[in-house]
Amino acid sequence: MAILEIKNLHAKIEDNEILKGLTLTVNPGEMHAIMGPNGSGKSTLAAVLAGREEFEVTEGEVLYNGRDLLDMAPDERAREGVFLAFQYPVELPGVSMMNFLKEAVNATREHRGEAPLGAMDFIKMARERAALVNLDPSLKQRSVNEGFSGGEKKRNEIFQMAMLEPRLGILDETDSGLDIDALRVVADGVNHMRSDDRAFVVITHYQRLLNYIVPDVVHVLVDGKIVKSGGKELALVLEEKGYDWIKEHADEPVTV
Amino acid sequence: MTTAPTVRTSTPEERFVAAFELHEGHTLNGSNARIQGLRKDAIESFKQLGLPGRKDEAWKYTNIEKALRHEYRVLAGAPLDEVALENLAPFLVPGLEAHRVVLVNGRFVAALSHIGSLPEGVIVTGFAKASEAHADLVNTHFTRYADFTTDVFAALNTAFAQDGLFVYVPKNVIVETPIQVINLTTGDEDVLLNPRSLVVVEQSGSLKLVEGTHTLTEAKIFTNAVSEFFVGPNARVDHYLVEDEGANASRIHNLKAHQEADSYFSTSTITLSGDLVRNDLHFLPDAENCETHLFGLFLGKGRMHIDNHTLVDHAKPNCYSNELFKGVLDDASTGVFNGKVFVRPDAQQTNAYQSNKTIVLTEQAQMFSKPELEIYADDVKCSHGATTGQLEREAIFYLRSRGLTEERARTLLLLAFARDVLEQIKIDALREHLDARIAARFAN
Ligand SMILES: Nc1ncnc2c1ncn2[C@@H]1O[C@H](COP(=O)(O)OP(=O)(O)OP(=O)(O)O)[C@@H](O)[C@H]1O
Ligand SMILES: [Mg+2]
Repeated sequence: MAILEIKNLHAKIEDNEILKGLTLTVNPGEMHAIMGPNGSGKSTLAAVLAGREEFEVTEGEVLYNGRDLLDMAPDERAREGVFLAFQYPVELPGVSMMNFLKEAVNATREHRGEAPLGAMDFIKMARERAALVNLDPSLKQRSVNEGFSGGEKKRNEIFQMAMLEPRLGILDETDSGLDIDALRVVADGVNHMRSDDRAFVVITHYQRLLNYIVPDVVHVLVDGKIVKSGGKELALVLEEKGYDWIKEHADEPVTV
Repeated sequence: MTTAPTVRTSTPEERFVAAFELHEGHTLNGSNARIQGLRKDAIESFKQLGLPGRKDEAWKYTNIEKALRHEYRVLAGAPLDEVALENLAPFLVPGLEAHRVVLVNGRFVAALSHIGSLPEGVIVTGFAKASEAHADLVNTHFTRYADFTTDVFAALNTAFAQDGLFVYVPKNVIVETPIQVINLTTGDEDVLLNPRSLVVVEQSGSLKLVEGTHTLTEAKIFTNAVSEFFVGPNARVDHYLVEDEGANASRIHNLKAHQEADSYFSTSTITLSGDLVRNDLHFLPDAENCETHLFGLFLGKGRMHIDNHTLVDHAKPNCYSNELFKGVLDDASTGVFNGKVFVRPDAQQTNAYQSNKTIVLTEQAQMFSKPELEIYADDVKCSHGATTGQLEREAIFYLRSRGLTEERARTLLLLAFARDVLEQIKIDALREHLDARIAARFAN
């Protein structure tokens, strides 16, 4: 069964229709990349999948492991294994990173019927997973994202993903704002998590990321719809020819 | 048993004056002649000033006259032996080692207090006792900082005050262990209480004072408290007040502090419950190099009305003041904040900061915030600001997207908001106790 099946999804905010009939299927073990111009609806798609209530779905459906995803509250989706790495993670002054994360990890474990992690096990796990993305250990002692640099925030998102072990990871422009070394580290972290029963949707503007995280499928999202899908070489074509070309040649097969 | 005659006339002012005439000369008598004289001056001043109406800018959002129209009895109250030691249990702070003072209806109760051994020369006792046994000290300071000729509630208190807290810390003495004052109200009668505190810390002395106010009765109680602080040169006072009274209990907490050169005063006012609560905090750093901190956390619920009025009057150069008041208003509660900072012409190199932030949780809850800066000196650093709003949706969503329920997300965010103030509490046991209580409150 597919992990994620999006069929003819329409979503609006206030009176603006942003997603206009989006269809996408993600199977276990797959890595999907979504590219597309600014404002085309990539973050909106991520937000709708994560359950942001500001967006209203007007048509279509989303199945997650065969279940109606749109029917679940955002926190239930998270406990069921959906993880969104935000394009702009919020700062939460006064909310301790470690306390919050321990609560999140244990909420998920409880949901799966597993025993909660004790303090020592949790700290050990956090230390290992933070090392995986080279997150400065002192950051864990701070408030969530407070005063983190842009790159640190992105790394922190991937660290949280590594802690929560989702089935579906949605990464919204995790690469932007990362220097070249950090990009490699974060990509390694994601690659490390790839497995047969887990899938990823990676939103990016840059083919560069896809050199490190090699996608199975690349989709082009324009004006609320996926207008073209192809193999990893589609990203190279996009980089060379731009989105206008894609819009005009949406129906042709991809050749490099 | 004698039955006290009841006094019933139309306005609250008339009732208070009549009560004064009735009790003056006997019930109100103490052995301190100066105080006897001041009482008469104070009631005269009370008559002159009258209770503030809503046209009075300082009482615009708090209808105090209406609150006092209720026929509270002045000077009555339950026998003090009605309260037993076990009644104190809920109000002790776990793990807090302290010199404990218990006041019942504003009266010092030795049998419930546990003051223990104090450093040499330190005095901790009831105000009534002190005005006899330490008349010289009391007379030096009493009414010097709370001016009853201009402040009507100071006048009312001075006219009727019989007892309260007295603390004296001599020169160079550091009182390490906090002094904890547990204020309880009890009895079946609706009463107006006028407790009076005087705290004197001489040069280079240091004191930590933790006060809590609590209610053991369903009767309506109105407490009109006045606390005067004298902070000598290079002295230090860390003051904490936890207002945690019953739903029928109202209070005016009038704190007036006088600071000498190089002194430090910090006060935290944590308002958790009650009916109408008005805190009036006035600081006069009257010499150079004073440091003044005012922290406040107010949590409104039900129909509570919480009004914080502060004044920092910078008269001399090189002083620092910092003020942070945060509030969370639930249900149909109302909050008021009015923070005034004066920087007088002589007060060059003043650093004064002030901030009020409030989260309003419902549509019925209301906040009126008015920070005010009046600067008459040119070489100063001052800032002020106020924000009122809701919890940020983005923040709630972020936490939920990690698997926390909406309730938990809200609780964590409110607690984070409140902790900004709680973290300023330097007494670990008190901070942890309040943190746990407030966490439990937000979780409901
Ligand atoms: N809260 C909102 N209110 C109104 N319009 C919104 C809101 N959020 C998004 N939009 C609009 O929806 C459209 C799609 O935005 P979205 O963030 O999904 O684009 P994106 O593809 O992620 O772009 P980028 O590459 O710049 O991140 C934009 O036109 C944006 O202005
Ligand atoms: Mg985006």
